[in-house]
Amino acid sequence: MKRQREESFWRTLAVRIPYAWLLAFFLVPFLIVLKMSLSQTTIAQPPYTPVLDLAAGWQGIEAFFAALSFDNYVLLGSDPLYLLSYLKSVEIAAFSTLILLVIGYPIAYAIARTPRRWQAVLVVLTVLPFWTSLLIRIYAWMNILERDGPLNQVLVALRIVSEPPVWLATDTATYIGIVYSYLPFMVLPLYATLEKMDETLLEAAADLGCRRWRAFWRVTFPLSASGVLAGTLLCFIPIVGEFVIPDLLGGSQSPMIGQTIWTEFFGNKDWPAASAVAVVLVCLLVTPILVYQHQAMRLARRD
Amino acid sequence: MGTVGAKRGFAPWADPNPRPLLRLEAVTKGFGGAAAVDHLSLDVFEGEFFALLGPSGCGKTTLLRLIAGFERPDTGRVILDGVDLAPVPPYRRPVNMMFQSYALFPHLNVEANVAFGLKQERLPRREIGQRVADMLAMLKLENFGRRKPHELSGGQRQRVALARSLVKRPRLLLLDEPLAALDKKLRGETQFELMEIQRRLGLTFVIVTHDQSEAMTLADRIGVMDRGRLMQVAPPAEIYEQPNSRWVADFIGDVNLFEGRLGDDGSSIEGTAAGRLRTAGKVDAEPGAPVWAAVRPEKIAMTRQPPASSGDNCLAATVVDIGYLGDMSLYKVRLAGGAQMKAAIANIGRRPDGEAPAFDEEVWLIWPPEATIVLTR
Repeated sequence: MKRQREESFWRTLAVRIPYAWLLAFFLVPFLIVLKMSLSQTTIAQPPYTPVLDLAAGWQGIEAFFAALSFDNYVLLGSDPLYLLSYLKSVEIAAFSTLILLVIGYPIAYAIARTPRRWQAVLVVLTVLPFWTSLLIRIYAWMNILERDGPLNQVLVALRIVSEPPVWLATDTATYIGIVYSYLPFMVLPLYATLEKMDETLLEAAADLGCRRWRAFWRVTFPLSASGVLAGTLLCFIPIVGEFVIPDLLGGSQSPMIGQTIWTEFFGNKDWPAASAVAVVLVCLLVTPILVYQHQAMRLARRD
Repeated sequence: MGTVGAKRGFAPWADPNPRPLLRLEAVTKGFGGAAAVDHLSLDVFEGEFFALLGPSGCGKTTLLRLIAGFERPDTGRVILDGVDLAPVPPYRRPVNMMFQSYALFPHLNVEANVAFGLKQERLPRREIGQRVADMLAMLKLENFGRRKPHELSGGQRQRVALARSLVKRPRLLLLDEPLAALDKKLRGETQFELMEIQRRLGLTFVIVTHDQSEAMTLADRIGVMDRGRLMQVAPPAEIYEQPNSRWVADFIGDVNLFEGRLGDDGSSIEGTAAGRLRTAGKVDAEPGAPVWAAVRPEKIAMTRQPPASSGDNCLAATVVDIGYLGDMSLYKVRLAGGAQMKAAIANIGRRPDGEAPAFDEEVWLIWPPEATIVLTR
């Protein structure tokens, strides 16, 4: 009896730890940012008002809530810079996720169809870039994409172009950097689902009169839907908020939302406006996650 | 001889000018040096239920995959309806296969699984719907059309797999261990259903199985395979009563085997561990040649009293072990010379001389000469 109670205590604890983690490191910071987004900027330490003063008692609390306002959200709506920035981020995230899917799927498929003893090697090779810091790899790309960098040298030497094109500070460079950096996040979930797939199903499809290409679309692809969904989300969501890659490789004319937040925080020292931008971003990204949850539940029920 | 044991008077293989539906000509297929199928030739006839029977790893599944087109023969030809199938890819062969794992598409419901093959033929939607509905009705799956494979029992999944492979009306249906995953009772029921379906649709079935009672029940003819070769191809009764080799006699059912020499009269075997054994009929060997006598345990009668002298084989023995199986008992006995034999006695009622023989009892084993099968290899 006592042992049972002890066991159930540990089980409850094990279930609650992740919730406690999310509470402490996601919900609390989010509430702080949310509060900040309802504040006003000021030249002080911290650079916003109101600050909750518990020493002032009940009146202090009342004054605190009275001072909160939605001004920053109104600002987001009135200045097209923010809207453009959001659209730009979603556009870059959507297109690069699509490119990642088109490049990543054949890679994952090839790994999954390689003899088993080679698969582990190929998976390690896929994640090998992570052994170097992202920043260093992006600096390496800056080097490669320079006017006189290796890429242009090769292009000119092969006479593909006569004049070396400008790569840096363009969207193309941003795309190159993002696709390069996020490829493992697309390949790994796809590989995980494709590797589990029973190859007899393709034989069954062929046996029933289905050519290979059709069998891919009617059997393989639908069965890898959960991997496609996971890879897409795993890439799309962080790319929307990506800061380092567009900042180092991309142009400055239309910043992504991560750059806008950075500018508000560190350039304009407007913490409340930056917080409002961040809160809206979180709300935007919750939508695809909910869609994913819904789809994943449906797929789980199917399997 | 060819028609011995043939069911329902169906014996196209006995025709002097056979016109097989499927013909395998010296087909060989190796994997990494080892031949899974070794110079194998076989004819299968229209409307036939043919069983490939053999121990695991004998190459029977490889043979099926060669016919379906998933493997290509190293040498030899696979001919269907007089057409060499070598250049025909699996998706164009008028052959369908029911996979051992069923290989149902997990993302499609029962209807869509069954309709999959018909959609590839780009038939009109109404015809597809009709044929799928008919097939589901025939296999008593009408109420499960909307279910996904994981929502079905093992027996239902087996039926869906069968429906999916039948709905295209193949010239030849290949079944790879179709009943292996079912429990024993369901397997028995499904066997008869499978025969019924095959006869009703008039299709040709080639089934692969390692279960000899299944092959015996289902098939018009059985091909017994070992190490990539067909050891014997014949109707079930002939395989059992007239095995052509020690290997087949030993593989199918239970058997007592004795090595000896063919006697001078040509109808007895001398010098076996059981002494001189009488046989009936002519043996195709020289007197004195080494031969083997095979006696099925259930052909042997057992008595306590020595029988009156007759032409039967008659041996004195001691009971050393009894296995009671309900419908019959399997006796292990020791002969005077020390050799052991098995005799199966049907438990049809109380024996006239009282209770059945017990351990250590002295008994007589009796069997007629025609029950002694003489094997030359």
